[in-house]
Amino acid sequence: MKISTIRELLEAEVLCGAEHLDVDVHSACGSDMMSDVLAFVKDQAVLLTGLMNTQVVRTAEMMDMRCVVFVRDKKPTPEIIELAEESGIVLLASPKRLYEACGILYSNGLVGNKVKETD
Amino acid sequence: MSDGLSFRFDVDGDNFTSAGQASVQVKKDLRRLGIDPEIIRRVSIAMYEGEINMVIHAGGGVAEVRVTEEAIEIILADKGPGIADIEQAMQAGFSTAPDTIRSLGFGAGMGLPNMKRYTDYMDIQSTVGVGTTITMRVNLPQDE
Repeated sequence: MKISTIRELLEAEVLCGAEHLDVDVHSACGSDMMSDVLAFVKDQAVLLTGLMNTQVVRTAEMMDMRCVVFVRDKKPTPEIIELAEESGIVLLASPKRLYEACGILYSNGLVGNKVKETD
Repeated sequence: MSDGLSFRFDVDGDNFTSAGQASVQVKKDLRRLGIDPEIIRRVSIAMYEGEINMVIHAGGGVAEVRVTEEAIEIILADKGPGIADIEQAMQAGFSTAPDTIRSLGFGAGMGLPNMKRYTDYMDIQSTVGVGTTITMRVNLPQDE
């Protein structure tokens, strides 16, 4: 699924990284707990979250993710946007709630990965 | 090719917002050295978790990354409170982080177990009241 399709499905605003909307992604995850994202996620390219701080973008960068979706109409600070721009990560802001946003993407074919540790 | 390079960073303990800067920089430096992306990811996640730990628990510290032909070594040293029971600290889900940290998305008790999982070697030296030094290594492929 292209990031542009995620944007359409979630009625999201593009906050930065519009030049990467054509990137194809194959799985996603939703979490407000960055520790869990760092622990259990593998090869997910999209993070949906209700958490709002710079560590969301850093976590996404560490995991080589391509896109972060902030749910419930939360708008990041300029500092967060700047950090994402530097990292080439697309930031989207959606009015949907986390559960609903994940459900919409899942039912349109963007799956999660099995919970799997790296070893 | 990339023998004996090392990077050193001061990790600011008062600023949660800037936590992770050293890991981001290391990730960029390792990319420039042409290291395999999966290895870079393991190194940077392990270092990032360690950096976050130093900010949450120890008031900052020093992070050093050494790149040799055999491995990438990460040494995180702080003068924080130390870890009283390392075995307990290594258990997934055990955390002494305050709720304020949990509300920032960390403190789930996954940091140390994650660091171990993503690296090939991890050693913790800690003395209560003195500080903690963690050494981690991720091996580089040795064919050819």
